[in-house]
Amino acid sequence: MDIKEYFSLVFSDYTLRTITLGTAILGAICGMLGSFAVLRKQSLLGDAISHAALPGIALAFIITGTKDTNLLLLGALVSGLIGTFWIRGMITKTHLKSDTALGLILSLFFGFGMLLLTFIQKQPNANQAGLDKYLFGQAATLVEKDVTLMAIVTGVCLVVLLLFWKEFKILLFDADYTKTLGFNTRFIDVLITFFIVLAIVLGLQTVGVVLMSAMLLAPAAAARQWTNKLSVMIVLAAIFGAFSGVFGTAISASQNNLSTGPVIVLVAAVFVLFSFIFSPGRGILFKQIRFWQNRRDLKLQKTLQFMFDIAKTHEDISHPHAIKILNNFQGFTRGSLKEMEEKKWVEVQGQKWSLTQDGYNAAENLYKQ
Amino acid sequence: MSSKKIAIRVDDLTVAYNYKPVLWDIDLTIPEGVLMAIVGPNGAGKSTLIKSILGIIDPIAGSVTIYDKPYAKQRKLVAYVPQKGSVDWDFPTTALDVVMMGTYGKLGWIKRPGQKEKKASLEALEKVGMLPFKNRQISQLSGGQQQRVFLARALVQNAAIYFMDEPFQGVDATTEIAIINILKELRKAGKTVVVVHHDLQTVPEYFDWVTFLNVKKIATGPVKDIFNDDNLTKTYGINYKVAVNQ
Repeated sequence: MDIKEYFSLVFSDYTLRTITLGTAILGAICGMLGSFAVLRKQSLLGDAISHAALPGIALAFIITGTKDTNLLLLGALVSGLIGTFWIRGMITKTHLKSDTALGLILSLFFGFGMLLLTFIQKQPNANQAGLDKYLFGQAATLVEKDVTLMAIVTGVCLVVLLLFWKEFKILLFDADYTKTLGFNTRFIDVLITFFIVLAIVLGLQTVGVVLMSAMLLAPAAAARQWTNKLSVMIVLAAIFGAFSGVFGTAISASQNNLSTGPVIVLVAAVFVLFSFIFSPGRGILFKQIRFWQNRRDLKLQKTLQFMFDIAKTHEDISHPHAIKILNNFQGFTRGSLKEMEEKKWVEVQGQKWSLTQDGYNAAENLYKQ
Repeated sequence: MSSKKIAIRVDDLTVAYNYKPVLWDIDLTIPEGVLMAIVGPNGAGKSTLIKSILGIIDPIAGSVTIYDKPYAKQRKLVAYVPQKGSVDWDFPTTALDVVMMGTYGKLGWIKRPGQKEKKASLEALEKVGMLPFKNRQISQLSGGQQQRVFLARALVQNAAIYFMDEPFQGVDATTEIAIINILKELRKAGKTVVVVHHDLQTVPEYFDWVTFLNVKKIATGPVKDIFNDDNLTKTYGINYKVAVNQ
């Protein structure tokens, strides 16, 4: 199956449609909530939470003995939340910095989870196979009820986001100040964190423990490049996330044996790379172009300033002067003279130049703000 | 002075990080309508004092009352200007948007700011001379402009009491004069303004009330009565006569 075939099948084929819809919704909710994580400088929190969810999955299986996705994800949610609140506790109660706390919880929980997984594998239970899919995810196992759950959570998350928009925004920008205004910052904080954990847990089946944080961060990092408005950033992040999901699924479905999670993450990385280079405000390409432009403008401005200083000494500002006297001036070229002529700053007649009124005014206002 | 109302009263306030006291048993009464500087060396607990009055830091002991009622009930009377460096100025938002945040407290939960709030915010921006920059992304503002935006955000709260944490830090002379003029205007309007301040030389010129702080409260009162060599030496441990009497 090639990509074309995929897109013709996606609306008719039940399995493909379910998987595509699932990854798209997942990408959207992760992009939205990832924006919060990125702006709070808690990018690694997502990584820690997803790793912290692993022992929950294993324990849920050991206790119930079933592989029902919802039950396993419930286990993931509980252990993800425990991990998150331990991290917060460590940061507020001890002198450990947040990166240390994140790293500690991440590896501790992940190690414990792996231990439980190997323990489960040694059990004489025919049902055990397949739990390791939560490590790297397996989008092919998505069924309609998984997607419905994702859609419901995303809907609830959207409503909460719209309802508490103002509170979320101010907490992200200035938490101390928010507190002085009388808001319960703890409540807002817990609400945001809870939804981040929820989004991560939802993604475990599709993208897996190891790569989940990329789903959160990549769309948000890409979106930040294109806008200086929080609302636009969140919408863009959701769109980038959704497209990563769709394209990732399309590519992996059309190429045999490519697992979906890693492909989705790679597509998201392409969005990031593209944004870093080509975004008009912050991208490196336009930054470089602006740098060149400024350098050229500065050359012109320096020459104009020099001419201005000469012209100032005459009563008639348009008194002609020999081009030769500019030759001693650094930055002057025939090219820049021509450009100034085009801007109608100077008039050139034979071997003489004279400043125009426009040029005089421009020079006078050059370094005024 | 005794006829004046007490705006802020702090009783037995003690703050400690890991056994080390940062503020020790602070008693403070600040009358209404003064422009007060808190001065003291680095690590004296100046910012901590403001933050614990505002409930950002939990004290071990002590109480704060604003106009004779617990601070928690009087939040709407109090506005805060944090240190400029305490936030990420690359946050995706505009100057006007930041000032609008000053209206959130009165709005309360969920309710969004409307035209009335926007108008008040624009007026506050105008007051600090930042109206032309209202739609500017905040990372593209200079340090002085960022400080003015923070000041405008507090002004829009239309409070009775203002706490400011080093508003003159890292701003140029023009901005410093603009800010102090606004603070003096606030005092004229009967507001109480408390400022963490570093520049001892400008204390007599800018302020009419002063608190010397170095973990303990050294002295508090009118500048003309207590801003003297004795208190400076007690607070800083060295003789400041040269710096002040120039």
